[in-house]
This record gives sequence, structure tokens and C-alpha cells, in this order.
Amino acid sequence: MSAGRLYSGGRIDREQPLAFSFDGRDYIGYAGDTLASALLANDVRVVGRSFKYHRPRGLLAAGVEEPNALMQVGEGAASEANLRATEVELYAGLTARAVNCWPSARFDVGAVLRPLERFLTAGFYYKTFMWPDWHLFERYIRKAAGLGRPSTEADTSRYETRYAHCDVLIVGSGPAGLAAAVAAAADGQRVILCEQDPQLGGRLRWDPCVVNGQSLDGATAAAWIDAQVAALAAAGDAIVATRTTAVGYFDHNAVTLVERVTDHLGPQAPAHLPRQRLWQVRAGKVVLASGAIERPLVFPGNDRPGVMLATAVRRYLHEFAVRAGERLVVFTNNDDAYATAHAFQAAGGAVVAVIDSRAAPTATVLQAARAAGFAVVTGAVVCGTSGRPVLSSLRVRDAAGNTTFFNCDVLAMSGGHSPTVHLFSQSGGRLVWDDTRLQFRPGDSVQAEVSIGDAASVDTPVAALWNVEGRGKAFVDFQHDVSATDIALAARESFRSVEHLKRYTTLGMAPDQGKTSNVNALVRMGELTGRMPGDVGTTRYRFPFTPVSVGAIGGRQRGELFRPLRRMPLHDWHATHGAVLEEYGGWMRPAYYLQPGEHPHAAEQREALAVRTAAGLFDGSPLGKIEVSGPDAAVFLDRFYANTVSTLAIGRLRYGLMLNELGVIIDDGVVARLADDRFLVATTTGGAARIAGLMEEWLQCEWTTFRVLVAPLTTSIAVITLTGPKARSLLQTVGVDFPVGATEFPHMSFREGHVGGIPALVCRVSFTGEVSYEINVANSAVRGLWERFMAVGAADGLMPVGIEAWMLLRTEKGYLHIGADTDGTTAPQDIGWGHVLKREVDFIGRRSLTRTANLATDRYQLVGLEPVDGAELRPGRHLRGDAVTSGSEGYITSGIYSAALGRWVGMAMVRGGYARSGEVLNGVSGSSTFKARIAPLCSYDPAGDRLRG
Amino acid sequence: MLLLHCPWCGPRDEPEFVCGGQSHMVRPEPWHAVDEATWGHYLFTRDNPKGVHLERWHHAHGCRQWFNVARHTVTHEILAIYRMDEPVPNAVAGARA
Repeated sequence: MSAGRLYSGGRIDREQPLAFSFDGRDYIGYAGDTLASALLANDVRVVGRSFKYHRPRGLLAAGVEEPNALMQVGEGAASEANLRATEVELYAGLTARAVNCWPSARFDVGAVLRPLERFLTAGFYYKTFMWPDWHLFERYIRKAAGLGRPSTEADTSRYETRYAHCDVLIVGSGPAGLAAAVAAAADGQRVILCEQDPQLGGRLRWDPCVVNGQSLDGATAAAWIDAQVAALAAAGDAIVATRTTAVGYFDHNAVTLVERVTDHLGPQAPAHLPRQRLWQVRAGKVVLASGAIERPLVFPGNDRPGVMLATAVRRYLHEFAVRAGERLVVFTNNDDAYATAHAFQAAGGAVVAVIDSRAAPTATVLQAARAAGFAVVTGAVVCGTSGRPVLSSLRVRDAAGNTTFFNCDVLAMSGGHSPTVHLFSQSGGRLVWDDTRLQFRPGDSVQAEVSIGDAASVDTPVAALWNVEGRGKAFVDFQHDVSATDIALAARESFRSVEHLKRYTTLGMAPDQGKTSNVNALVRMGELTGRMPGDVGTTRYRFPFTPVSVGAIGGRQRGELFRPLRRMPLHDWHATHGAVLEEYGGWMRPAYYLQPGEHPHAAEQREALAVRTAAGLFDGSPLGKIEVSGPDAAVFLDRFYANTVSTLAIGRLRYGLMLNELGVIIDDGVVARLADDRFLVATTTGGAARIAGLMEEWLQCEWTTFRVLVAPLTTSIAVITLTGPKARSLLQTVGVDFPVGATEFPHMSFREGHVGGIPALVCRVSFTGEVSYEINVANSAVRGLWERFMAVGAADGLMPVGIEAWMLLRTEKGYLHIGADTDGTTAPQDIGWGHVLKREVDFIGRRSLTRTANLATDRYQLVGLEPVDGAELRPGRHLRGDAVTSGSEGYITSGIYSAALGRWVGMAMVRGGYARSGEVLNGVSGSSTFKARIAPLCSYDPAGDRLRG
Repeated sequence: MLLLHCPWCGPRDEPEFVCGGQSHMVRPEPWHAVDEATWGHYLFTRDNPKGVHLERWHHAHGCRQWFNVARHTVTHEILAIYRMDEPVPNAVAGARA
């Protein structure tokens, strides 16, 4: 007895045979097959092993609800785990393996666990692995659990994201969905119709349906579908997306679709197409025409390969011309499954019996069945199955309690249909229990949404049959191996909430999210606890409807594009002159410029020494630059900064600190007053966007009457900093059209003019302690200017300087670096800025500075540090005084070896540090200790003669 | 994913915006007349209603303007969107009462 392909019929292309392999064996299918239909056509009846017990499992369903046939598809980087065979379209060369078994589904070593089945009940983990400690068992259990394996290679596929908007989004293209799409398009609505299958038509493709009073079947159904597609095309802008599943329904009618663009082509997929495309759709109205999913019947042995859903047997017959076996028994509680018996007989199979749990099935249906010669047994149930591994016979118990045996290789069961309410539930709607039709269906809409067709309600009458008693396990959740006895156990152990039931038994928690199991379980729980299903309630269905690959969610945002790094205008020059480019605050910047054979540390020291002895050129382009202008600009900046700005003279610069309302330092920088009502504010590189945003927030939300404009200019202005004792002469050599003498152009002032003939704003401000000129020019002009400096400065020892040397130079001077020397608790008085407490102006954070905690004397305070006995002052090392024997009193925030001073220089946050000048602290570094003395912050040129020179 | 109607740009997806938290916070001033409890309340205490919440949003990836949103924290219904300088609309004030 075997399953196999029919000689005619179906929607497969017999001219296009496709070779594929499953569990290492080669088979042939046809174009139009799914992996599932091709396996069934090849009489492969065992397609997987169950999750917990490793029981052999066959195909249960033909669509997305399939719980058993989980596949690892593809090889290497393209390998993907846990795909449902019913959704995998066959392509030439497809390789698949059943998950959760070894070496194959048919011969699974893991099945040695099967004698333990009766011990592995619900809550087994919680009860068994309590003593002495769960963690003792965890790694072994984790190893045994799980389904497929993700590929260990990086995914080489490309994924795209698409945003789409429409008046009406229709989910599902069955008769209801197609009709709705055509009606909406005819009404002038912009329509998106999505269909998870490769073709439109839904159930019309394999089942007769009545549409608008017209009975459609076979050729008439195909013609009707074609007519609707033509009508949609004529409407112009309707979008029809096949192989596209609506997986998520979020707030305000945002629906996420996943389009499998080339999955069905396998390795033959053209390179220009992405593998999958994630759609983010915003719809005016959502029409859910997602159809219904058939429920299995819960009886002992219902998971034996060969036991299938009745509609699945019909679908394999009509859509794929595959007959699931030779001898069929139907077990049903409704009329719908009789169609399977007729179809099976018409396809040349033998219908052994129809077991109907109802005492009196619908008369016309019964007549037709008897006319076809079926042995219909009414008021009876199937109470056991046998066959190894595939079904060979089953036991039927009639109303009188007598049992009969039937030999068969396929059992088509139907427990009625459940509307596919997943997306409705995701939309926030509550499900209601229909006590007449025995189904959960959508209740009131909470978003602009409507369910239609079978998704709204399935009208076929069903007789209640939720559990058949008998020997052996009766499965409710096939994918997670939850049986009727597990639910009974949970009920006995007083679990009543459906949420608890779900977690205790793991029901509906598998990748299929309980598509075939939830309703059976909830109703059974109600029966056991004396409640109506509507009172038991349902768990809320969650995103996603079917599993979504992480690649599709990530889209293009992976690798370099995950967090794109910014490049400076001089990037190419740096890259071709030995710069080692690293990320600083989202920018790729030169850490140092390596000469042939040079060690990074040596490069950093060489560059710093060049600045101290000759001159250095530094690319400071990412420095934040914000122009603040307007009649109230000065008043605004007085409040935005912790220090006064309004008293600044035109042409002068002032260093300023910015706080948040907690009084914590968040940024610093130099302000230039360009005019009475115009300032150029510099921020740290990392703070550029944030500070401009904060200015807007305060102006728009708090100080709404201020007339101030904020213009972020960071990326439109390039900055090169010329610094060192030879800086002035180099500037003059390149050419400057204003006087640059020490008194004509003093420290902390700026000039507007030309440098080397290029319009420039030059600020005399220093982060190195040497005479420095920050030259602001247009991005387009910076390369030429930089190269001129390098050309004329080479003879004088001018060198390009990277960030690492820059940090060394500022540490020698004791200039703080926000975020390195300060943290989320540092107030101005902790860095020696107690003078801002004298200000009357109500600047941001002002009130917080006088909070009791801020006035404490044992706060972390920033101090300079010098080594004792050649200690290395590496950042992060902890310090404490002699009076303290354990714990920490502070830590090094900046520390580096200074070639200019021949020793380490450092800065540290120390508790009550200001009052401890000169104290020698004990430092700890791993197992060794060192000593360091609290010293003035500035170690180099403390008088500032070089700075102002 | 919320659909917010920016008063200047029209309906836009939530990822274009940043939520700035509770709106209509009154900054206690002047600083020297504010006691520690009042200041602490302004810094740290916020409403957390099950119901209508008044919050300010920023069209960060758009016009960069701030505006007020009255949002129901359970249903995510947007009851009103109004400019920073406008008072709470009467209908929203009623829904909150």
C-alpha cells in the first residue's frame, strides 16, 4: 500500500521533473510541487520526528499550519532551519533534512527515549530537575532540545525592505479576498492584495466553492480567478503580491508582510533579486480574508503517519495530483470531510469507511455517501490506531461500545474548521466563542479592519467532539508533543488560566504557534474545569503569524550599513598617507599615521613630539559647529551654558560648559561671537547632533518667546588645526591676509579672512598647549589647503597628527575630555568650576548645583596625577589613600606616557580630591600595586607661556 | 507602529519621531526660590496613567519640530495633536477627567 502520483490532474507541470533529496536520498518531483507534496508523491510517509518523544510523524496538513514536517533546507550559508515542507516550493537540486532526528526521520537514534514517554509529562522539567540545581542539568537538556540548526556561515543572501501605503489591504486571495479586492479596486481604492501561496485563489484551487451564488469547481474556478485578476489589472494601480505572508498586525493599521522573492528558485535565483522582501504597509482599511484552518480530532494514536486532515488529503489530490494512500477511512464530526471520501474514490482510491461521531449526519450528505458505496458508521469514534511506522489499521468504537477494526493507510480526520483569527487577535481584537458553530471568531474590531469569508465565521455545522478516551497518547499539539493527558494533568494540578496552561504544558509555543492545537486545547480545558470555552478565553496571538528570518527583519542594515560610519572630507588623503582609521564618535578618523615599520605607540609619541618641537596638522572636521543667531541669541546662550556668554566681545572666543537639568556636565566647547546677534558654537564631536537638538527642544518647548535660530553646520565646514611652535610662521608662509602676531591675534580670539587665498574663519584656540590655529574652510577647499601646509611644512618638521597623539597632548595640559574624565554624575564644581555657582542666571541645571548632594565635600573631584617611582598611570586603575584599607577612593580617568616629560601623566577622579593635593595614593593593578601623587591638572607649561606665545 | 500626524508634515510613521516624555511640565523658577522637594519632583516624578497621557514628540527625522500628543496608553488611540504653544484641547481634558 502506498501513496503516489496520479497520472493526470493537479496544477503541477509533468513536463518539468525536478530532482531533489531528502535525508540523503534522491527523489523526483515536478514544478508546482511543494516539498511536502513531492515527498508524499514519492511515498515518503515519515517526514519528521516529534519534539519531545521522537515519535515518527507524517504530513498532517498541506499548508502553513503543518506541525510535523519541519525541514532544514539548503546547504552551507544558504541553509535554513525549521521550514515547513508544505510551504517550501520544489526546485531542482533542493536538499532537505528532517530536523530533530539523526540520522534520518525514518531511523532516528533519539527514539531510544520513547520508552520514557510516560515520564516526560507536562511540567516534567519543573518537577524533575529541581534537585540539587537546575543548572546542573541545563546544558544537557539544551543540547537535546531544539529543532533545526542555524548555519554557522554568514548569510550571503540579500534582503530588502519596502514601505507601501494603500486604502485597502486584503490578506488572502481566496474567493472572499479576491472578490473584495476587485470590489475595492472598482470603487477607486488603492488596493494591495497579498497571498502567501504562489498562486491566487486560495481554497478555490483545490475545493469547490460557492461564490456569489455560483458553484465553482475545476475549470470554472480557474476561469473565475483569471477574470478577477484581469479586473484587478484593469483597475490600474492595484498591487498583487504572491508568496507574501502577512505576519504582523500592529498599531494604527501597520501590517508587516514578508515576500519570499526567490526562495522558490534556490541556487538558480538571479543575482539582481533579493531573497526576501519585508513590506511595511500602512493601510486605510485592512480586510482579513485569511480563511480557516481545520482542526484535528483528539483520539489515541492520532499522530501516526497516515493520519491527516481531511482538507489536506483533498488538497494533495486536487492541487498536486497526489493520493495520500490507497485505502481511506474518514473520521469526522461534520459534513465537510465527506467531500474527501468522494474525491479519494474519484481518484481511484478505496474508501473503507466513514466514521461520523454524529448519530444523525445531514440526510443528503449521508445519502450521497451511501450511494457512492461508502460504509458510513454513525455515532462512532476512532479510538486507536496501529501500524509501524505508518498507519495500517484502526479501531472504531460505536455508540453501543462495540469495537471494530478497519485496515487502511490513510485516515482523513476533521474536527471542523477554525477561522484564521491570528491577525485579528494581533490587531488587539478579542475573540468570541460561538456556541452554535463551535468556533472562536473575531469579535468587535478595534482598528479599521474587517474579517470576511471563513476568517469571519465558518458555517459548516459541527458536532462537539473534543476528546476520545482510549489507550495511548492523544495529541493536541503535535509540534510540541502536548497530549490530552498533559492538559488533564494541568487541570488536576489546578492550572486554570489559559496563560498558565500554555506555559506549563508548552502548548502552542512551538514555531507553529498552535495553529492546529489551540482551540482543541482550550475547549478541552473548559470541559475539564467546568467552564465554557468563551470563559476559558484564548491567549493573544502574537507576531509573527509564520516564522520570519532574521535576515528579512534586518534588510540592508547589516555589516557596514548596520551603523554607517561617517567619513571626513580628507578621508582619502589620510588613507593614502599611512593613517590607521578608527571609529571615534561615529566618524572614521586617523588614530595615528604609521611610517614604514613603525609601532603604533611610537607613531603616537613621534606625532606628539612634533607638535611640541615643530608643528602638527590635525583634521578636526567632525568638531560640532552650530550657528546660533537672533535678537535673543546671547540671552539664550547665557541660559544654555553654565557660564556667561553675553559678555563676550565680538571677535573673541570663550570656553563653555553645558549641563543638563540634573546639573551634570554633558558637553563642552568654544563659543565665537561673530556679531552682536550671531554666535558660532563648537561642541564635542559626539555631541554635535545632540546639542543642536537640545537647543531646539529648549527653544520650542520651554523658552518659546526667544527669537533664536539654530543652524547645525558641522558637516558643511571642514576644520584643520595647525599647532606647535612653528605654527605661526607656517601660517604666514602659506599666506594669510590679516596680522597674526601674538598681540594682534591673541589667544582666545578669531579672525575672518583668507588662508592661502581661501576664505577661512581662523580661531586661536588650543587643545595642545601650543600656539594653535583652527582653520575653518568649506569642505570643497580643505584638500588643497591641507596639501599646501604639508608641502611647505615638510622642511620644518610638520607632521599630520592623529587622535591618539591629540589625547596625549591634552592630557599633558590637563584639559578634560567629556565622557572620559567626566561621567553621568560629574557637576561643574567637580572639575574646578565652582565659580558658576555665583551666577544668578537660571541656566539649565542651575538649581541642581545647590542640591544637598551636590554640595558634599567628598564628591569625586578631578585632579592631576603624577607617578611615584615610575608608576604607569593607566586609565581605569583604582586608587585609595593610606587611611583606607579596602575599596576604592577613585580611579584614573586619563593616563598616558609623555615623551616630552619623560614620565606618565594622568588625571583622576578622587573622593574629596581638592583637599588632598600632594597626597600619595595607592593604586591597584591586578595583583600588583603602585603609588601616584595628587598634583595640579596641568603638567606641561603650567604658566601658559607657550600657549599664549 | 504608531501613525502620527505631524502638525507641519502630515501623517508619518513612528520611527521618524522621538518621544520626549510627559508634556506640560512646568519648570519651577527662579532657581533660588525653589525648594529641594519641588525641584526633585520636577526632575524625577512623571505621570504613568492607564488612559490618556499628554506627551511631547519630536519629528526628529522630518521638520525637527516639537508638538504635543494626547495618546491613550492602552489602545494607542491618538486623541489630539496640538502645538507646543496651544493649551490642552477641551475634548482631551474631558477624557482625562
